[in-house]
Amino acid sequence: MDNSKAVFVGAVFVALALFPWLGAGSYGIDLVTKIMIYAILALSLELLVGSTGLVCFGQAAFFGIGAYAAVLLSGEEDAASVLWLLPACVLAAALYALAVGALSLRTKGVYFIMVTLAFAQMAYFVVHDTALGGGTDGIYLYFRPGLGEWLVLDDPVTMYLFSLACLIGVFAFLAVLLRSRFGRALAGIKVNEQRMRGTGFTTYPYKLAAFTISGGLAGLGGFLFAVKDGFVNPELMSWHLSGAALVMIILGGLGHLRGALVGAFAFLLLQELFKTEAIFGDFAKHWHLGLGIVIIAAVAFLPRGLVGLPEQLRKRLAGVGAGERGGSLKNPLGEAKS
Amino acid sequence: MDLTTFLIQCLNALQYGLLLFLVASGLTLIFGIMGVINLAHGSFYMIGAYMAYALAPAIESSLGGGFFSVLLVGLVLSVVIGYVLEWAFYSYLYDRDHLQQVLMTYGLILVFEELRSLLVGDDVYGVQIPEILAGSVPLSEVMTYPVYRLFVSALCIALVAGMFYVFARTRLGMMIRAGASNREMVQSLGIDINFLYRVVFAAGFALAAFAGMVAAPVSSVYPGMGNEVLIICFVVVVIGGIGSIQGALVAALLIGFVDTFGKVIVPDAAGVMVYLAMAVILLWKPDGLFKAG
Amino acid sequence: MSNEVFLRGQDITRRWGGLVAVNQVSVTLERNCIHAVIGTNGAGKSTLINLLSGEIALSGGSVELLGEDVTAWTQPRRARAGLGRSYQRNTIYPSFSVFENCRLAAQATHQKGWSWWQRADRCPVSTEAARDAAHRAGLDKLLDRTAGMISHGQKRQLEIAMCLATGPKVLLLDEPLAGMGAEETERMLAMLDELRPDHGILLVEHDMDAVFRVADQITVMVNGTVIASGDPDFIRNSSEVREAYLGEGH
Repeated sequence: MDNSKAVFVGAVFVALALFPWLGAGSYGIDLVTKIMIYAILALSLELLVGSTGLVCFGQAAFFGIGAYAAVLLSGEEDAASVLWLLPACVLAAALYALAVGALSLRTKGVYFIMVTLAFAQMAYFVVHDTALGGGTDGIYLYFRPGLGEWLVLDDPVTMYLFSLACLIGVFAFLAVLLRSRFGRALAGIKVNEQRMRGTGFTTYPYKLAAFTISGGLAGLGGFLFAVKDGFVNPELMSWHLSGAALVMIILGGLGHLRGALVGAFAFLLLQELFKTEAIFGDFAKHWHLGLGIVIIAAVAFLPRGLVGLPEQLRKRLAGVGAGERGGSLKNPLGEAKS
Repeated sequence: MDLTTFLIQCLNALQYGLLLFLVASGLTLIFGIMGVINLAHGSFYMIGAYMAYALAPAIESSLGGGFFSVLLVGLVLSVVIGYVLEWAFYSYLYDRDHLQQVLMTYGLILVFEELRSLLVGDDVYGVQIPEILAGSVPLSEVMTYPVYRLFVSALCIALVAGMFYVFARTRLGMMIRAGASNREMVQSLGIDINFLYRVVFAAGFALAAFAGMVAAPVSSVYPGMGNEVLIICFVVVVIGGIGSIQGALVAALLIGFVDTFGKVIVPDAAGVMVYLAMAVILLWKPDGLFKAG
Repeated sequence: MSNEVFLRGQDITRRWGGLVAVNQVSVTLERNCIHAVIGTNGAGKSTLINLLSGEIALSGGSVELLGEDVTAWTQPRRARAGLGRSYQRNTIYPSFSVFENCRLAAQATHQKGWSWWQRADRCPVSTEAARDAAHRAGLDKLLDRTAGMISHGQKRQLEIAMCLATGPKVLLLDEPLAGMGAEETERMLAMLDELRPDHGILLVEHDMDAVFRVADQITVMVNGTVIASGDPDFIRNSSEVREAYLGEGH
């Protein structure tokens, strides 16, 4: 990451840290907390799609498992400690991801997309149809976990800051990971897996490790979501959320961690905008329509996502590259089109 | 489970599997030939079902003929809609990568769902079974089976037979088969690829919509019905092997039976059974049962 | 003179359905010897490389690498054991720097302990191997350039450098001279000469002048079968080869 990008990301995090003291109301705090949690989900998916070239269409399952674990593992008598509950939720999601990844990484391309989707649906139906997760109604969290007086997540501002800390932690972790040897190997697999094998990389363990890490990070997001809302239901695992996460990272710009960040904010703010009755009146309840049109327009006009927009504009102004398609988006599936 | 119940479940499974095939066949061909992942394919089914509901009053008052003229008009309409959609949206997706296809068709789902909500509303509606088919066939002293469901199965079988005839015996079918196994080859054979694409897409749309129309009296019409079908159809396509019509047929029937009997035998885990079946099959054959080509 | 044998392919066969792409081909790669494989398009030369490197499975025959039977080994395992290959089409990573292309390749032989916190470009083992490989391929001055932006000839050199970075004993080179100008060809041939003493090299190439200049042994394939094998003089004078392959335009 060169300097201007690091400055951009730093500025975003500083602005987020100051936000509660800049006259944000409870609505604003709640909304941005939610967005930051989804940004963690988007970042976890970016590790797979943008950095490794594995298009996973079942990320919501890991998110949901983290959330359900948070509720199911919390006691009904008193608050659980974040110190063990958070790692437990991450681990639960990572273990499920390990199992799913071990099986689905045997397939490639579109099959992989579909198999990950199917495994997510499996998890969805387990909580939807069985008594384990309270069925379609979902279940409530009796006590928010915390850490004695040090960390009281019932307080929205504390919850906000805790989520921000997790987001920064995930971002930093991925930034370090991606420039390590492991991360470079993932980048190589994304560009040309066959060549990587030819050079001597057994690629399967790398992909499985990425898949597991990604699942664990998504589980962290799910944990935060359950703690914030104090409630989980099967919709957390629905394929709509998996799809939305994909939309976020593509909208933001694949192949860049900050793309996931920007995409999550753009997607959820747009959604919020279209839901605003003050602007759209009665039409606000049909907010999906506006969102759908924006997504279609983004595919048509923003092949590199929002983070590619400055460069796209620069080129447009300079009169070159008008018809050029996004480099980072170019067929991330490799052989899938054959 | 006694024999009659078993027979009834078999008939249900057959009917469900055949309907799934109608939807999945279009999905698998659109992927196999055009290379497009069409998430909005479930919406086509939903559009068909809502057409059956929404067109009925208008057609009854103008044309008469009840459900059958609704089917006919709906079929013609859906071919037209499919043709237009291909021209307006999908033709831009052929050169794009899968992610962008996923994104755009995801956007289309949202648009279709909201248009449906705007035009028809969010309530659940029943669709009347035509009077001739409203009766039941007695299977034993206490059990009967609705004629309409038998009619649906028969209609589907006729369609399937027709489809396989087209594939096996006609020039168009030859082009489609060639396209599904090797796209570049078709292009190099000098076949008008744009025309082929448009025909396949319109047919895929029409088949899905038709399935929705005939299913509507059984399932009634409700928001989100398209998405349910979409996911199951993806399972069918993947199990069958992408681009393979035979595979889609076998997989659709398999899923029909797994789902129907799953609900009877393990009601608590019925939703999971289908995906479990898929996981097992893909572990055994990572490219599906019938690899196209 | 018996040289050390690095790679031995015995009766290598590959069928696709009823079609036999490579039929009972035997090749031996020794130290200090460039073994060229020539033949018309579709003769099965690239398939042979794919079979030796493990990219596709054999239908029959066996492969022995440095004295070990590796027929059942996967491609990555063969690669780590010292079998390097280059590709006919450029398979460099265009968005990485030239250095990073080499470094990533070098990393393949040092995969133990995936340290996730250390920056890859500060990994001492792989950076050293990468610099060395780039140096041998004559890319010293281009290390920081983006690989996608260098000239075609330089990309071919990089392709070789990525092979060398893994420290292979055996090199399977698939048309390294394709699309090169005269000057670039000279540079590549000089490089092959330098590599000759320590490596067993299989060279698939269409440029006949280059092949006859550099090769110690030549095998001619037609339709998946070997029709002649021997030193360049023998091949040049073989009537069979003239008839089947060199006949026109040479």
